[in-house]
Amino acid sequence: MASEMKEKEVFDSESAKELVKELRASFVAGKTKSYEWRRTQLKAMLKMMEENEPQIVAALRDDLSKPELESSIYEIAMLKNSCRLALKEMKHWMMPEKAKTSLTTFPSSAEIVSEPFGVVLVISAWNYPFLLSLDPVVGAIAAGNAIVLKPSEIAPATASLLAKLVSNYLDSSCIKVVEGAVPETSALLEQKWDKIFYTGNGRIARIVMAAAAKHLTPVLLELGGKSPVIVDSGINLQVATRRIIAGKWGCNNGQACISPDYVITTKDFALKLVDSFKCELERFYGKNLLESKDLSRIVNSNHFARLLKLLDEDKVSIKIVHGGERDKTNLKIAPTILLDVPQDSLIMNEEIFGPLLPIILVDKVEDSFDVINSSGTKPLAAYLFTNNKKLKEKFVATVSAGGLVVNDTAVHLAEHTLPFGGVGDSGMGAYHGKFSFDAFSHKKAVLYRGFACDAFMRYPPYTSGKLRLLQALLGGSILGIIRALLGWSKA
Amino acid sequence: MEGSVAELRETFKSGRTRSVAWRKNQLKALLDLVNENEESIFKALHQDLGKDPVESYRDEVGVIQKSVSYSLSCLDKWVAPKKGELPLLFFPAKGQVLPEPLGVVLIFSSWNFPITLTLDPLIGAISAGNTVLLKPSELAPASLSFLIETIPLYLDNKAIKVIGGGADVGERLLKLKWDKIFFTGSPRVGRLVMTAAARYLTPVTLELGGKCPAIMDALSSPSKTKVAAKRIVGGKWGPCTGQACIAIDYLLVEDKIASTLIELLKKTIKRFYGENIKDLKSISRIVNKHQLQRLHNFLKDPHVAASVVYGGSVNEEKLVIEPTILLDPPLDSEIMTEEIFGPLLPIITLKNIEESIEFINSKPNPLVIYAFTEDETFKKRILSETSSGAVTFNDSMVQFLSDTLPFGGVGQSGFGRYHGKYSFDTFSHEKAVMHRAFFPELEPRYPPWNDFKLRFLKLAYRFDYFGIILLLIGLKRS
Repeated sequence: MASEMKEKEVFDSESAKELVKELRASFVAGKTKSYEWRRTQLKAMLKMMEENEPQIVAALRDDLSKPELESSIYEIAMLKNSCRLALKEMKHWMMPEKAKTSLTTFPSSAEIVSEPFGVVLVISAWNYPFLLSLDPVVGAIAAGNAIVLKPSEIAPATASLLAKLVSNYLDSSCIKVVEGAVPETSALLEQKWDKIFYTGNGRIARIVMAAAAKHLTPVLLELGGKSPVIVDSGINLQVATRRIIAGKWGCNNGQACISPDYVITTKDFALKLVDSFKCELERFYGKNLLESKDLSRIVNSNHFARLLKLLDEDKVSIKIVHGGERDKTNLKIAPTILLDVPQDSLIMNEEIFGPLLPIILVDKVEDSFDVINSSGTKPLAAYLFTNNKKLKEKFVATVSAGGLVVNDTAVHLAEHTLPFGGVGDSGMGAYHGKFSFDAFSHKKAVLYRGFACDAFMRYPPYTSGKLRLLQALLGGSILGIIRALLGWSKA
Repeated sequence: MEGSVAELRETFKSGRTRSVAWRKNQLKALLDLVNENEESIFKALHQDLGKDPVESYRDEVGVIQKSVSYSLSCLDKWVAPKKGELPLLFFPAKGQVLPEPLGVVLIFSSWNFPITLTLDPLIGAISAGNTVLLKPSELAPASLSFLIETIPLYLDNKAIKVIGGGADVGERLLKLKWDKIFFTGSPRVGRLVMTAAARYLTPVTLELGGKCPAIMDALSSPSKTKVAAKRIVGGKWGPCTGQACIAIDYLLVEDKIASTLIELLKKTIKRFYGENIKDLKSISRIVNKHQLQRLHNFLKDPHVAASVVYGGSVNEEKLVIEPTILLDPPLDSEIMTEEIFGPLLPIITLKNIEESIEFINSKPNPLVIYAFTEDETFKKRILSETSSGAVTFNDSMVQFLSDTLPFGGVGQSGFGRYHGKYSFDTFSHEKAVMHRAFFPELEPRYPPWNDFKLRFLKLAYRFDYFGIILLLIGLKRS
């Protein structure tokens, strides 16, 4: 009817400005600050998932051919857990934290009060379009902010569904979804936000941070990188292989920021590893890997072409030991393993984000650390499979990454007591669990002083006696203060 | 310059700065540096800013001594991994958060507290195991020279360096890749720093400023009011004659008590600093001609000049402006819209002190709000209805001395924080580490997918262990 015939309005700078103005008014009016409001929103989000699971699964299938189990578990169940945790712990998180005070400010009491930043912008990615949009929003709501969510246009079915569900279930005077692509995102980035949370790639992250700099807006960037897996010998090879497969092809067919990107193993062990991969891949996905319904497809033709470019480079294509099949019509690439890939190839110099797994060979497993550190960038995750205690210790001490897992892949992001975030090129800031609440809160320091015991030595006219007393006071020792008061100078 | 930075990177790569012993040695050496050169520091600060030794001790030397000692006593605790509690589902597993240094960090400091603002962040950077390039402000040249000459005598030359120069050097430094940039200064330059950092996705901490208001409510006794007046005077002209990010910028008071307060302030100023501009003592001077002219210009606005009720004299040659109080200058004048950063104190009168909340909210978030009040309800309102880096009740400046309160801004006053453990954290990456065992294996993690595995995982994600058992023994329906 009338609304269907209405032309789609252009979302430009003016629209973005109006949007922020509206949300700021809601924030200033105090709508998002109350515990009740935050609780209502989170409960509504849970209800939204309970009542729309099939639609969400269908949208993810449209956008990514994501298997139902991955959608149900890695997107919906994970988000439900976030909501439930926030609902359970929020009251506790919102309480001021007492801070100790010292002799220097005696008598006083101090606390740290969490307050929302205000109006925040969440920009999410296309690979886990549901989870990566709403998981940060859970933190922003728990912390009491007003929110604009900009889901990725590369997952359009999920973006539309999010817009519809958010407006039906959540408080649209305080939480809004803006759909669109580059022009809409640019219009949003011109505005003044109180915090920007961005999940995506390094190139766009630089644009986001530069735009934020104009308004001195703090940013949290969840990026990616080449997450390496070191595989030692003397391990339970079957379990290790299965866990690598689960983290690689089992996570959106390798299109995940914490997917193992490449493997490093010794020359002696490589063939056994490859055989194990072949065996387990067949066990998981059947003989015809290209047709397995349990693997996501490549998201779109751009990424499909990008991945083929990596795969078809001459010095790389000869290294394929398994897979390599592709189906352009259905945007599928079979799980592919490449052995002994040269370090100066394209595939080893950009984040793969797809179903290709290069294996780099070293003489001794300890050489793996040099391979990782020589890349010059710090990945979001790094993995090691070993039973060697010393190797584990060296790994933890010398490999710098957002997070490390020994003897598994990817599982650390399900653990809410561990901060999830990058370092260097893989990002800045962290979230999950209470870290999400903290990411969207300003921690305000509050000091309460009384009028008694006014430290007269603070005030002019300045004398050397006052100097001695101050030295004692800042030194924090009662004895020192007494000595100074009695006129004995410091040794 | 590029050579120095390359050396810092080499040193970091060598791993030397990661050892706790190295960090402690450097911190001890820094303490020695300050202890053994107090007189030189007093002299440099007097030359740059006219600071009295007591002020220099209180705001600079003493602060660093305190911070270093605190960090030395806490370092072992700070570097230790923190345990993360993992649920039964992952058993047996171990989770921890391990702090690690970011790498090569750049610290910019400003001219008003040239020793504190350079060395205090340095303490954090060293504690966290980084290599550091310090870029102090050229506008405090004696302090800069002191740092350039003395730091190499005490600290590890290959890991901690100082560079002088002006904006051009700053620009060149910003073109290089750093693992962290810590900046203290103005919002204008803060934007430039963050924009440059964006090119390399370098995390930044920006300690900026703003107009820090003081709210003066009616207090229950004259003696308390006298103490408040001292603390207000001490919080305005005490720190570098108002040239401080946390100095009181302006004062809000109810019109009923305004004139009594002003008389009290005048008396206190005379007692602390002297009767007139010729006899001023125990107070810093303006840093340079440029800043003096900027401040003088505030007073040149005729409406502002007309509102001066105390002071107002300017000695351009000696770079001195006497403590000045203004009563109700026009709200749209520059003195009420720009950060003053000097010895001029506008007092704005309100019909009701509660209006101060709205007044403060009409301006950008300040670094700190000072409120002198005994009204508990009013205190709660201030806390929940305003936003600032910090709030201090019934005093000024002292929150800066706390090692347990985070020191930093919000909104236009900056982001990130330091002091105490926050300094350590600001220069660290908190790395999440999870250790898993090969057994037991959870088969439902792996494809091919089927309904059973879906149900299992849904229960697992809810940590519904009982439900899992039921499912496994075939009793649970979906």
